[in-house]
Amino acid sequence: MAGTRRSLRQTIDRLPSPQVFWAGFAIMAAVVALVLVGLVWMPYKPTAMSADRLQGISAAHWLGTDKMGRDILSRVMYGSRVTLMVALGTMAIGAGTGVLVGAVTGFYGGLLDEVVMRVMDGLFAFPNVLLALVFVSLFGSSTMHVMWALGIAFIPSFTRVVRSEYVRIKHLDYVKNARLQGASDARVIFVHMLPNVRGVLLSNVMIGFNNAVLAEAGLSFLGIGSQPPYASLGQMISEAQEIFFRVPTAVLGPGIVIVAMVLGFSLMGEGIRPATQSLD
Amino acid sequence: MEHRENPTQAGEVILEVRDLHLEFHDHDRPEVAVEDFDLELHRGEIVGIVGESGSGKSMTALAIAGLLSRHALERRGQILFDGQDLLRCPRSTLRHYQGDEISIVFQEPMTSLDPLQRIGRQVEEPLRIHRKELSAQQRRELALRTMDAVGLPEPEKVYRMYPHELSGGMRQRVMIAAATISRPQILIADEPTTALDVTIQAQIIALLRKINEDDGTAIIFISHDLSLVRQLCHRVVVMRKGLIVETGPAEEVFGNPQADYTKMLVDAIPKVVL
Amino acid sequence: MRYVLKKTVTTLATLLVVSVVLFASFQLISGDPATRMLGTGATPERLEALRAQLGLNDPLPVQYVRWLVSYLHGDPGISYVYKQPVSTLLASKIPVTLALALLSFALMCAIGLPVGLYTAKHAGSALDHAVLVLNQVIMAIPPFFSGILISWVFGMMLRLFSPGGYVPYTRSVAGFLGYLVYPAIAIALPRAAQLSKLLRGSILEEAGKDYTRTAYSRGNDTNGVLYGHILKNALLPTLTFLGMSLANMLAGSLVVERVFNIPGISNTLLASIGNRDYPVVLATVMWIAVFVIVSNLVVDILYRALDPRVDVE
Repeated sequence: MAGTRRSLRQTIDRLPSPQVFWAGFAIMAAVVALVLVGLVWMPYKPTAMSADRLQGISAAHWLGTDKMGRDILSRVMYGSRVTLMVALGTMAIGAGTGVLVGAVTGFYGGLLDEVVMRVMDGLFAFPNVLLALVFVSLFGSSTMHVMWALGIAFIPSFTRVVRSEYVRIKHLDYVKNARLQGASDARVIFVHMLPNVRGVLLSNVMIGFNNAVLAEAGLSFLGIGSQPPYASLGQMISEAQEIFFRVPTAVLGPGIVIVAMVLGFSLMGEGIRPATQSLD
Repeated sequence: MEHRENPTQAGEVILEVRDLHLEFHDHDRPEVAVEDFDLELHRGEIVGIVGESGSGKSMTALAIAGLLSRHALERRGQILFDGQDLLRCPRSTLRHYQGDEISIVFQEPMTSLDPLQRIGRQVEEPLRIHRKELSAQQRRELALRTMDAVGLPEPEKVYRMYPHELSGGMRQRVMIAAATISRPQILIADEPTTALDVTIQAQIIALLRKINEDDGTAIIFISHDLSLVRQLCHRVVVMRKGLIVETGPAEEVFGNPQADYTKMLVDAIPKVVL
Repeated sequence: MRYVLKKTVTTLATLLVVSVVLFASFQLISGDPATRMLGTGATPERLEALRAQLGLNDPLPVQYVRWLVSYLHGDPGISYVYKQPVSTLLASKIPVTLALALLSFALMCAIGLPVGLYTAKHAGSALDHAVLVLNQVIMAIPPFFSGILISWVFGMMLRLFSPGGYVPYTRSVAGFLGYLVYPAIAIALPRAAQLSKLLRGSILEEAGKDYTRTAYSRGNDTNGVLYGHILKNALLPTLTFLGMSLANMLAGSLVVERVFNIPGISNTLLASIGNRDYPVVLATVMWIAVFVIVSNLVVDILYRALDPRVDVE
């Protein structure tokens, strides 16, 4: 166990910019810690109202209270959990379906491929927030629906990269060998070829996760998804806009958590990308 | 095989490379690319630099053309042209010669042209930079004449085409047209035929010889292909691992090689070509 | 010219498909519009009369064609909730949202392109590194959050504008744009950061290509190589991004209109989603679809104009 951990550490140190990666990792770890702690302990119940309205920072309320006397830190902890879960769920739906569709269409090609890719192109043209709005207006507004809507909105980007990777590698010798040795199509697609798309999948997840966080936050700011009194980061900011002067932390708290989530993840991604050269 | 007059005695020295030493510093350990390289190029002469890949011949060519990247490279020695040391002169002085007095043609005609610019504009580029007094009409006429001279069919039509519409051989002719439009004193040809078919190779070699004979342009011809060097060059420099192994008039080097390495190379020339 | 024609035809086909899908989804989900408009207490006779009046007894394809024809005439139906034509509801709002999205787009280009160009030219410098870090942070800030911060800093502290004091364009175009600049900055910033990063990377990639060396060999200085050769090549990959940005700016407008109290389509659309006022939702979404798909068409045509190689395929 120690051996594998060291080799992972060494892999990271050999990245183009390990410091950037570690900076992102530290930020992300702080956010995840906030969420994990929130699972077992929160200072107050995030929906519990009290007479201590619009309080500033104090020992009792580290981030103060909102206009209904609810503890902002507790609500931030709860809201981060919602946002993180929606983003992870979105990635699972988008990547899972995208890999499946991309692998099959890329492997078989033909008319199916043509039709599916045209549909994907059409879907891809729409901003994910708009797709989610249509979805929610059809099926109703809930956290689950937002997750599904965003998940579906992310399918095309995954399908595209996985498909082009499959198209590229399906003529390689090792794939032909596997087929000649009698491996079934399913085995070739998912056992032999799938490991090859790890790279593109990783970079796509890196971008997708951030977009999912931002999309969820934007939707919940519009009041779509998690419904009051339950907290979500975007909705907290929306409610706190009018009390920004009295309790700045009501806006800054959830806002900074969103920024940290996106920044942490994107820095980790940046650390993995190769460095650039200069113009002459 | 036709007889070639060696103009070595006739022409004055126009380029002199002394003790050229190039060393990379972009890895943990410095790597010597070229060492103790000397060359005298006379007016109207064709000199071949031969050697396998990694022998330092292309680095030497880039150094003379002033195209070495500015970073992570240590350079010593002198490259004397027109009273200037091209290794040390300011970049503006270098630019003054580049494309005007010293031109270069690269190995990869497929990627060496700007994909988004029409052929005519690219052929004329040295004139736009160095002959600002010419009118657009004059530039165009000169470009068409040069394109015709390098054997591009229907210059008027090619003038308006984009690189992707031309074959590799045609693109290399375009590169040569652009390199010779300003009648440079020195043309450096860095493996200009390596990426081309054999029949096209022969045409390009014939074209280089024609440019040399018609305009008196001195040519530095870089190649790993001895049979081509033998067909074209008056004088030969054989390089290996950054060092000059042997140098002399082409007939002597090929007829009576002194160094073992040169003997090996000469023996390896397919006899059919001779 | 043939290319433009072909692209326009496929674009129209895409729009038609999108309209069919949207119309069908909303029809299947929306239940009986007559009941929605009159409420569950209405008598069967009145419901039947309204259904006949709205043509709801006709088969779905007939209803679709009727909707499409009236949509093309600028009359996309009647709101369930407000009982007035959807066109009346949206007419004054669409221009506002459109103006905000286009202004954001212009700002994105005005910030992102010069910064990308500068950082590419001075790659490796201290300023370049600072911009790289700054970009990364800016990309992480959602527009509604930066919007609040902007209205606080520029509105409350510096008093450059009064937050919530929207000026209708019918009163003063200058005042209207002057107010929209602040939300537009909030929308544009993250995309501008992405654009500058994209352009920088693209320029540096092109700088490593063979034709760049050719350009230097002809005596060009760095500016000559950059502006004469590299830039056009480097802009091609950003063109697709610019096209997608237009749609993205529209989505951003929906969110940021809230922060700055701008009477665009955002409030109407969200209220209609909450009220299940499907004719309004359908008309708005269809309008957005037209905007997105047509902007993609423009990008395709621009791409073709810039890159001669597209012709070959």
